[in-house]
Amino acid sequence: MAKPKLALYWAASCGGCEIAVLDIHEKILDVAAAFDIVFWPCAMDFKYQDVRAMEDKSIDLCLFNGSIRNSEAAEIAHMLRAKSKVVVAFGSCALEGGIPGLANLTTKEDILRVVYKDTPSTVTQNGGVYPQTHSKMKEGSIEIPELWETVKSLDQVIDVEYYVPGCPPQPEQIWAVIEHVISGRPLPPKGSILGATDKTCCDECPRDRKEKKIKQFYRPFEIQTDPNECLLDQGMVCMGPATRSGCGALCTKANMPCRGCYGPPPHIVDQGAKMVSALASVIDSTEPEEIERILDQIADPMGTFYRFSLAHSILRRVEKV
Amino acid sequence: MKQIKIDPITRLEGHGKIDIFLNDDGEVENTYFQIPELRGFEQFCVGRPVEELPRITTRICGVCPEAHHMASAKACDAVFHVDPPPTAKKLRQLLYNVFFAGDHTTHFYALGGPDFIVGPSAPASERNILGVVKKVGLEVGGKVIEMRKRTQAVLKVLGGKQTHQVTSLPGGVSKGITQEEAKEIEQHCLWFVEFGKFTIQAFNDIVLKNQEYVDLILSDAFAHKTYYMGLVDANNRVNFYDGMVRVVDPEGKEFVKYSPNEYLDNISEHVESWTYLKFPFLKKVGWKGLVDGKDSGVYRATPLSRLNASDGMPTPFAQAEYEKMYSTLGGKPVHATLATHWARVIELLSAAEMALDLVRDPEITGTNIRTIPTEIPTEGVGIVEAPRGTLTHHYTTDAKGMVTKVNLIVGTTNNYAPISMSINKAARGLIKKGVEVTEGTLNMIEMAFRAYDPCFGCATHTLPGQMPLIVRIHDTNGEILDEIKRN
Ligand code: SF4
Ligand code: SF4
Ligand SMILES: [Fe+2]
Repeated sequence: MAKPKLALYWAASCGGCEIAVLDIHEKILDVAAAFDIVFWPCAMDFKYQDVRAMEDKSIDLCLFNGSIRNSEAAEIAHMLRAKSKVVVAFGSCALEGGIPGLANLTTKEDILRVVYKDTPSTVTQNGGVYPQTHSKMKEGSIEIPELWETVKSLDQVIDVEYYVPGCPPQPEQIWAVIEHVISGRPLPPKGSILGATDKTCCDECPRDRKEKKIKQFYRPFEIQTDPNECLLDQGMVCMGPATRSGCGALCTKANMPCRGCYGPPPHIVDQGAKMVSALASVIDSTEPEEIERILDQIADPMGTFYRFSLAHSILRRVEKV
Repeated sequence: MKQIKIDPITRLEGHGKIDIFLNDDGEVENTYFQIPELRGFEQFCVGRPVEELPRITTRICGVCPEAHHMASAKACDAVFHVDPPPTAKKLRQLLYNVFFAGDHTTHFYALGGPDFIVGPSAPASERNILGVVKKVGLEVGGKVIEMRKRTQAVLKVLGGKQTHQVTSLPGGVSKGITQEEAKEIEQHCLWFVEFGKFTIQAFNDIVLKNQEYVDLILSDAFAHKTYYMGLVDANNRVNFYDGMVRVVDPEGKEFVKYSPNEYLDNISEHVESWTYLKFPFLKKVGWKGLVDGKDSGVYRATPLSRLNASDGMPTPFAQAEYEKMYSTLGGKPVHATLATHWARVIELLSAAEMALDLVRDPEITGTNIRTIPTEIPTEGVGIVEAPRGTLTHHYTTDAKGMVTKVNLIVGTTNNYAPISMSINKAARGLIKKGVEVTEGTLNMIEMAFRAYDPCFGCATHTLPGQMPLIVRIHDTNGEILDEIKRN
């Protein structure tokens, strides 16, 4: 029997998801043995044309990482969709925009202005030069893709079967997903989250959570926390209650609060909204004004509660007024 | 005019593209190396609490998140005017040196090394890690995988996560290590040092004993006389984590030595409209375009640059190799781009030796790992050496430590001008009238920039494959005259 065909692709990502795949170490040889890898620009011969020439639905599994930020990435996403039976949004950026999605807090215009003009090391000639999609050089013309105004998650651009959360997904989880596919066991229903569990990060966290009522929030640099007690109980904003489990609570084990990279827990669409309600329940007050005063101590709620999920939240992008 | 496109050569941030224009005589008129993506960290980090940047800027690069994590943490220390306790600094340096050893391993065996180990003109299907294993034995392949596995395990202990570390924050680190952990890491480090020596030996046996390779390294097609940059300690020895930035001129004389907060007096960035990446240059020399020499502000920041810009290595075995390299290649500085591979394995060994020293330091298991900031945050610059060049993070905050300005000069970006020049020179040297453009030609052009291990270099030569390249030769009407595909 012919081996199933596997494709991996990166759009606007940092490469960490690819490193996470390599971090299954010697098992990567099992992947190479079980699949016919037809497309993996990070690791092997890049055959755009060959993929384009393939029949529709001839790729069995496509792991797609990175968010969508320009026309080129969108074009490849559409092509891989047509050629693949199963497309997996792999990692936070593909799933929900990830950290590049924080760009939706600002505008393309501001990004270009800061990068090509305002940054203090940048030399501006004749009032500033911005990159142009089409450039006429004296020898001929050359092109670069147009940057989009808004960062999008993969499922805002194409139809997606499954999701593997994490920034990056943890190697044990990646292997569990790949092993499941290799085993030939039936796949879960469309839309399922793979490589994670149905609990919250708090459930995996070894810290003792007493649900103390807090009167003050602290920032990570301000205090030294107790290593055994819940960080939230100690007044540290920790995204644990609003985050799906799957990483094994790596950050809290390293004495740093969770920032939510495994995405919202089951049945929650908006991670930030979930976090607000989780916080409201630990604040020691019933007075709306006092609650507000205490919540006001939180630095950058938007960039913290939506650290990874802004592009996929109900807000999607923050419009400038 | 004919146009040859090499598209895509895959990522720095996104994919790289090379356009080669030929004149009517079939000679290279010009080349353009474009970076087609921008994510805008310098803008969307504004408004964030500054202590979060070590956890946000890691996402600039998942291949070298450690470098951003460290540069960012050091910038945060400066913003808050705090000095981390000695144990915290040593833990950061331990993490950083282990990362360096692992990262250089990946490049040498999987990305750049195959050109030498298997040979620059070997079939593309063999110029990859599998070809390396075939040439030097299965045992080596196993060692490379084990090296990665061991470094990633140490990074997880020290950084909390093996990719996108979380433990460094303003004033220190969030987590120390126990005696048992230190013992375990020491065993790993002993292994890293042996692996480093083994790699040096392999480089000697395979590359240096082959006159053809030595000639190739020293050939003019792969040389540029530029300024060189690298971080040095108080004795002008290479240091990856800390120190002053030293720049030497094309004759090897010290041109400037600056501390992180003086970077703006020394570095500027030039913008071109045809690419999203900026071109850094030495401000005091000035931007003269994509040219080398003493009058051009173009500098290089690579493993070879660090060795050129220093007076030596901080560890004994690496120092011996350092001396050997310069005596073999005819003294300092070495301008041969391909010698970067040699410098890289010397750094690999040095990083392993440094890590071993650090983990054996009794202070490494200390419990005082944080200095809690008390001063009002303002502005700060953090500089480390990333494997691919000097990395600068510069933050300004309001009195509450909320970020108001960010400027980043990233490892590979330093080398954008020299990489473009190297591509140009190799293309001019290789593409001639009447000479057919073959896959071998493409590989030689590739080798010119692969030596820099540019971050999009992750795209080349890993597991079962090779550099993806498609070259199209167009005439002036856009008609395709020829197409060469790498298979
Ligand atoms: S809130 Fe954070 S520290 Fe507390 S139990 Fe949940 S994950 Fe652990
Ligand atoms: S603890 Fe939170 S932020 Fe850290 S890896 Fe797990 S889900 Fe991601
Ligand atoms: Fe990188």
